[in-house]
Amino acid sequence: MKIAENTFGSKYHVDEKGFYGRFGGAYIPEMLFPNVDELQRNYLQILKDPSFQQEFDQLLRDYVGRPSPLYFAKRLSEKYKAQIYLKREDLNHTGAHKVNNTIGQILLAKRLGKTRIIAETGAGQHGVATATVCALMGLECVVYMGSIDIQRQAPNVARMKMLGATVVPATSGSQTLKDACNEAIRDWINNPVDTHYILGTAAGPHPYPDMVTRFQSVISEEIKKQLLEKTGKENPDYVMACIGGGSNAAGAYYHFLDEPDVKLIAIEAGGKGVHSGHSAATTQLGKLGIIHASKTLLMQTEDGQITEPYSISAGLDYPGIGPLHSHLYETGRATFLNATDDEALQAAYELTRLEGIIPALESSHALAKLGQVAFKPEDVVVVCLSGRGDKDMETYIRNLPANTGGNV
Amino acid sequence: MSNRIDQLFAGKKTGVLNIYCTAGFPELNDTLPVMQSLQQHGADMIELGMPFSDPLADGPVIQDSSTRAIKNGMSLKVLFEQLKDFRQHIHLPVLLMGYLNPVLLYGIENFCKKCAEVGVDGVILPDLPMDEYEHAYKPVFEKYNLHLIFLVTPETSEERIKKIDSVSKGFVYAVSSSSTTGKDKDMGNQQAYFERLKALALKNPVLIGFGIKDKATFDAAASNSNGGIIGTAFIRAIENTTNLDATIKTFIAGVKHN
Repeated sequence: MKIAENTFGSKYHVDEKGFYGRFGGAYIPEMLFPNVDELQRNYLQILKDPSFQQEFDQLLRDYVGRPSPLYFAKRLSEKYKAQIYLKREDLNHTGAHKVNNTIGQILLAKRLGKTRIIAETGAGQHGVATATVCALMGLECVVYMGSIDIQRQAPNVARMKMLGATVVPATSGSQTLKDACNEAIRDWINNPVDTHYILGTAAGPHPYPDMVTRFQSVISEEIKKQLLEKTGKENPDYVMACIGGGSNAAGAYYHFLDEPDVKLIAIEAGGKGVHSGHSAATTQLGKLGIIHASKTLLMQTEDGQITEPYSISAGLDYPGIGPLHSHLYETGRATFLNATDDEALQAAYELTRLEGIIPALESSHALAKLGQVAFKPEDVVVVCLSGRGDKDMETYIRNLPANTGGNV
Repeated sequence: MSNRIDQLFAGKKTGVLNIYCTAGFPELNDTLPVMQSLQQHGADMIELGMPFSDPLADGPVIQDSSTRAIKNGMSLKVLFEQLKDFRQHIHLPVLLMGYLNPVLLYGIENFCKKCAEVGVDGVILPDLPMDEYEHAYKPVFEKYNLHLIFLVTPETSEERIKKIDSVSKGFVYAVSSSSTTGKDKDMGNQQAYFERLKALALKNPVLIGFGIKDKATFDAAASNSNGGIIGTAFIRAIENTTNLDATIKTFIAGVKHN
């Protein structure tokens, strides 16, 4: 792992004050200052500690099952006329990339002497990954989840409970990821001493965006090594990833940020269409603002009230994006596309039939845009397959195209 | 240039009662009637909440009042419209309390200018970092004679309290316990914190807020500082009332005289 390298000074990495360009920072009420300040002062030092790195590496290898394979998707490549590789984060323990971050943060929490863990979750993948590492370490775990998400991600709720976590429904606002995050932050305000908040995405107050990105950077670190082995070159031509808050994308981009030849493509959730009023395509619909203590692009009304987003996928149903991604969007370093619910569903059915892999709905958004990029046949394209589709089976079955009688 | 907050504390050193109410609550046009009743029945200062969709530091009661006010149609634009001539009726110091996002979108300079135009005296923006205020916005607030009030908590270090005191104007808002609003943590355990604050002999007056809900808690706040701030308990009192003025009269009498 190279998680602790000093990247200050790079145009695309966080600066000493926690900003990416004009995005980021820590817009926290004073009640959170000690918690956030403690993290800001300690996270780099802890991440740099060889004993931390050793423990982190070992757990990623022996417990998570890393490195995750980089799979050359032959039939998908034939269809889209490019060399398409899938970074198989879906094969991680607990079924998504989220566990890379929760392993890192639970080790950090232990070093800070915390005994109680809280987390927010949307699709439930981060909640499961948090409940899992809490079981592993024997720490109390409380997961906040929007009431609507509790309904649409029932299998993950059951898994969290079986793992010993308390799942608390967030009943305020839109009752989805944004509100779960609000409730987790409020819990942290009320429990300032013994509790660590394992935020699941590359958003929130500094140092979370950078810390989560560093833990997830294992994804691009492995891609480099694996591509070198398979193609003789470390760098692909394209890296594609879906974006809700943006943790899998941040991890998949990280080691390519300063490699201008690598084109970065981010795919947001278009919902029922960007201008349908039911969308989560933040860069298309958002303006500069503050959400969850971070200055970033977010969807809001003309009066500055945060808008309730919409996506079929609970993990992308977030009205903001992490500050790194706002910066990548504004500087043009990454290209932002969006996929509708229907496009994502079709991409999921397609991958299932072409490659025998049922992807998570979130990851399906990235796959859905393979047909919209003008690849050359020799282009090497890495798609971050951030999670597996088990949790989405109900949605997939409900939406199977009617005219196939169940046969896609 | 004198500010009504400073004038208040120049004349009244103890037992200052500041009451918070979300603007546009319970009904959109209740903002001014609530302020008038607060003034008439003995509040010393008024804190108007600028409702926000995602109030991170607030518990369910103030959250719900915000949601309701937004549904009623409240926004910064509407609020400033409502406040256009309020100084013809209200002489108490008035603060606006809210979150940074709507203010940023409105524009900091625009916001400060509007505050000065209508006669607002101070602002509380709990998620505006002190550093950013000092480096980016302080001159603007000062140009419009607006006091920005910062919070301290039991977990705030002595060094940081001193720093906050040096940057604050008007008063320092001492949060009684590390919590969201309306949490009802026991204030009795906070004596050491209050003593620590007193011993620091801050240049600003101090008002204690969070957990103040009745005469006993207000007296406890008043005996440890220059007074207290009531929010959640007041919102709860008026949220379902059919007679706003009578309810406010009773509420304040209860806090002051039992």
